[in-house]
Amino acid sequence: MIDAIQKRLLAEIADLHTVPTGAYNIRANSKMAARNTTANIDIISKSDVSGIDIRIKPGTKKESVHIPVVLSNSGIKETVYNDFYIGEDCDVVIVAGCGIHNCGVQDSQHDGVHRFFVGKNSKVKYVEKHYGEGDGRAKRILNPVTEAYLEEGSSMEMEMVQIKGVDSTVRTTKAELAANASLIVRERLMTHGSQTAKSIYETYLNGDGASADVVSRSVAREESFQEFSSRITGNAACKGHTECDAIIMDKARVLAIPQLDANNVDAALVHEAAIGKIAGEQLIKLMTLGLTREEAEEQIINGFLK
Amino acid sequence: MLELKDISFNVQDEDKEKEIIRHLNLTIDDGKFVVVTGPNGGGKSTMAKLIAGIETPSEGKVFFNGEDITEKSITERAKMGISFAFQQPARFKGITVLDLLRIAASKQLTVSASCEFLSEVGLCARDYINREVNASLSGGELKRIEIATVLARGTQLAIFDEPEAGIDLWSFQNLIRVFERMRHANTRSILIISHQERILEIADEIVVLANGQVSKHGPREEILPELLGTNNAVGVCGCLKRRDDL
Repeated sequence: MIDAIQKRLLAEIADLHTVPTGAYNIRANSKMAARNTTANIDIISKSDVSGIDIRIKPGTKKESVHIPVVLSNSGIKETVYNDFYIGEDCDVVIVAGCGIHNCGVQDSQHDGVHRFFVGKNSKVKYVEKHYGEGDGRAKRILNPVTEAYLEEGSSMEMEMVQIKGVDSTVRTTKAELAANASLIVRERLMTHGSQTAKSIYETYLNGDGASADVVSRSVAREESFQEFSSRITGNAACKGHTECDAIIMDKARVLAIPQLDANNVDAALVHEAAIGKIAGEQLIKLMTLGLTREEAEEQIINGFLK
Repeated sequence: MLELKDISFNVQDEDKEKEIIRHLNLTIDDGKFVVVTGPNGGGKSTMAKLIAGIETPSEGKVFFNGEDITEKSITERAKMGISFAFQQPARFKGITVLDLLRIAASKQLTVSASCEFLSEVGLCARDYINREVNASLSGGELKRIEIATVLARGTQLAIFDEPEAGIDLWSFQNLIRVFERMRHANTRSILIISHQERILEIADEIVVLANGQVSKHGPREEILPELLGTNNAVGVCGCLKRRDDL
């Protein structure tokens, strides 16, 4: 059911070389290719729109859910709605991601809308990777929307990665945090050619003791364009930090717009943004260790995006 | 063997050319431990950068093992066997100490081999091996890691630009021991730019550089007595005192 191209895409986005253990749902060219549920994790297809509901029982610990999507036919355009209902006191890893292989002339586009309802005191690690390949003239487009609703004392760590091959992305992430909930976002992005990538983060810290740390590291090469817009709203006694750290190369453009909105005297919010080329002293140091300028650049970028 | 032949280096200072190095001639023999000292602004760091290829001379030639390397790049010279420890080492986000040592050794150095280089410079390897070479490291830690990268390279010629700068008194004692050990190993040439009496004391040869020229060059026994008591050779306490004066 899964062909060689799709296998390669799966390896890129979900580190999957074989069928994963635990719960999974693999979507290939707009159809379900494989699914597995466990005693604690159920996956149900939606009846009204395309997509799935993932229900995780309270108290589920050390289990994982993989829901990768691969598109290998040219010209597919789809919007998929996936909802995650995570019970109280869980500790789970969720791996999503989309790989597009487009050798054709028609654009391929996957817009995934993911909503997370995280129960009290639960811990979620969410990994989302995007990857595109294929030498066709058509574009590979991904517009993920992520919404997270974190109940009291819950925590979520999001790792968002897009390193290669996606022509156009608008990533929108919205999170609402109740008391003592915490959110960590680590975005890593590299764009090249004439790609555009826009990341919009909106974080609402609504309960006392809520905290958020939203950090993006990116590299913009050639003539690509990146926009990072992150807004943290503090409505309670909370802590928020957002940071954009970008390396700019060639003729690329990076626009960073960090925003803070404090509605409570005890909201402690910080933002940082830095955009700059690779420092000459870094290149020279690595060259004195025997690397060429190109090798030194690669090492610096790899480290930066690690 | 390293030879600098009639090297000049000029920079554009506003409207006029400024001479940093003026017709400098210097030979560093194999296996020698040479300390270069002299007043600030005398051209010591520039000379070191000219050897490593970070700067290109306006005139003159650089020879390494008899080969003219004047036109060779930093990378080519590094591969030929020249190492350089910077006075102010660069920091890297995301690159760990282990990554840097592996790049330096140009092989998949084992963790235990990397640890030996770190222990050599007085760092507890376990605490440092996976740390990023970023702003979380103190100036002294960074300097020692810088020296460890040069040790990991194990090249024929190693250049250290003011290794003592930015290092606290405690670390300085360690540093002296590192250089003493390197001197005893004595299989390669070491060129250290320093004002420190303790470093001058372990030199085979001392070079005094002033106004972009070699004003003295000879065995330690001959040169050091002439320098003692001048600003070219400061004891550790003298150095600290000077800092207090600032």
